[in-house]
Amino acid sequence: MTGRPPVPWWLPLPAVVGGLFVVVPVVAMTGRVDPGSFLALVTAPASLSALGLSLGTAAAATGIAFVLGYPLAVLFARSRSRWTGIARAVVLLPLVLPPVVGGLALLAAFGRLGVLGAFLDDHGLRIAFTTGAVVIAQTFVAMPFLVASVEGALRVEGDRYERVAATLGAGPTRTFLTVTTPRVLPGLRSGLVLCFARALGEFGATLTFAGSLQGVTRTLPLEVYLQREVDPDTAVALALVLVVVALVVIGASSVRERAVLR
Amino acid sequence: MTQVRICDEGRASMIQRAIRTVAVVMTALALLAGTAGCAAGQDTGRDSGSATETPGVLHGTVTVFAAASLQQTFTTIGHDFERAHPGTTVRFSFAGSSDLVTQIDAGAPADVFAAADQASMAKLPTDLLEGTPRAFATNVLEIAVAPGNPLGIGGLDDLTAHDVQLVTCAAPVPCGAATARVEQAAGVTLHPVSEEQSVTDVLGKVESGQADAGLVYVTDVRGAGREVTGVPIAAADRAVNTYPIGVLRDAADPALARAFSTYVRSAAGQRVLADAGFGKP
Repeated sequence: MTGRPPVPWWLPLPAVVGGLFVVVPVVAMTGRVDPGSFLALVTAPASLSALGLSLGTAAAATGIAFVLGYPLAVLFARSRSRWTGIARAVVLLPLVLPPVVGGLALLAAFGRLGVLGAFLDDHGLRIAFTTGAVVIAQTFVAMPFLVASVEGALRVEGDRYERVAATLGAGPTRTFLTVTTPRVLPGLRSGLVLCFARALGEFGATLTFAGSLQGVTRTLPLEVYLQREVDPDTAVALALVLVVVALVVIGASSVRERAVLR
Repeated sequence: MTQVRICDEGRASMIQRAIRTVAVVMTALALLAGTAGCAAGQDTGRDSGSATETPGVLHGTVTVFAAASLQQTFTTIGHDFERAHPGTTVRFSFAGSSDLVTQIDAGAPADVFAAADQASMAKLPTDLLEGTPRAFATNVLEIAVAPGNPLGIGGLDDLTAHDVQLVTCAAPVPCGAATARVEQAAGVTLHPVSEEQSVTDVLGKVESGQADAGLVYVTDVRGAGREVTGVPIAAADRAVNTYPIGVLRDAADPALARAFSTYVRSAAGQRVLADAGFGKP
């Protein structure tokens, strides 16, 4: 049989509604942007500061998520212990927790009166209300995306090649770097992209844990939140910037996937 | 076998064409909706007044949108109003005044709106309000610090010290506007570590120990009891916020809404407000 197998005739109906459910609000919001003032609004000092802060913190959060989350995903994928399920459920909690709750949890740990925060504060290291707090908040909510994505890819890949490498005399570290990592790169890339996108859009945990101050903690979502009551035109213009960045990020990841499949 | 293949391909491409057509039509509709939506402007169209009650007897639910700083007092006033008029229910939504303005503007079902300053009320399109909003209270700022004032804050000047973590309201919020006025009056420039969307968020950060000090209303300090200590600001009375209350034209029961607004400005309502620390309008 050539060509693709047919889908049921009624499947496109809910599918199209589902697609429109996302497309219509975004298009409607885009329709509110005033093209004449768009550039001026987006290049205002507060806007540029928020955009730079957002991109910088999201990149930092993604980097930390990679360094900490990739090993975690590998351990989860290779583990045969029955405690893995519980550990995974806990680590993936931020996927399900409302971001504000995540912010409260971070306050309880790293806030001035928090478990770790009090100790750090006594030694002169203040976390709350700093850009570092923004990075921590974004890492907290975005790292599970990376862990879940990479673990899934690793499980699919299996460990056949790693066994072969071991029989050929490669040590665990060399196997990990030269065999495991290259094979899981597609999953790693999509995980990093999801992680970056989630970190970029983070709002609730940032507002609760890091506060809101221009240039320090007021990321683009927070700037939109502030501007929506002061200057709705600016809010919509910045929202469009976020939409474009999101499209670029998602588009970049899917282009790579198609290249890999080809 | 050949027959099945042709059938499947034909059906598959038919489905693809169908999807494409529907998608194109719907996207066109979506674009039209997007451009028409902002041209058509606001449409809150609700049926007003299912007023089947006997004239003079109030019953039903009145929805009151009130500034965050009014939470404790208005809740009490709401209970008093329900007791005075059995059969009525008062439903509240408390948030920063600018949040409430945005919601009402976008069609949220409010009957009465009480803002924390006249500038916020002025942001509401006049055609949404019935009549002129009336002032019902005033409020001034105070510095909220940890119980016992461990850092020994004496006034606004002490807040500019480097190791004091100060939290204030963001400029678009009424208490933020008052903060800016009081800074100007006192000739001090404050450097907060965070600017919050409502005065209750500022108070919350001081209460939880996240911040050393916050600029809130005197009513918030009084309402927090032992959770915070208040430090008066010398120039506070040069930045007074006047609270207006207005009835919305699209109120479900205009008579009930007006009755609540009147109650707030009556002796009973004013007593509750005065007890909490609000000033006279």
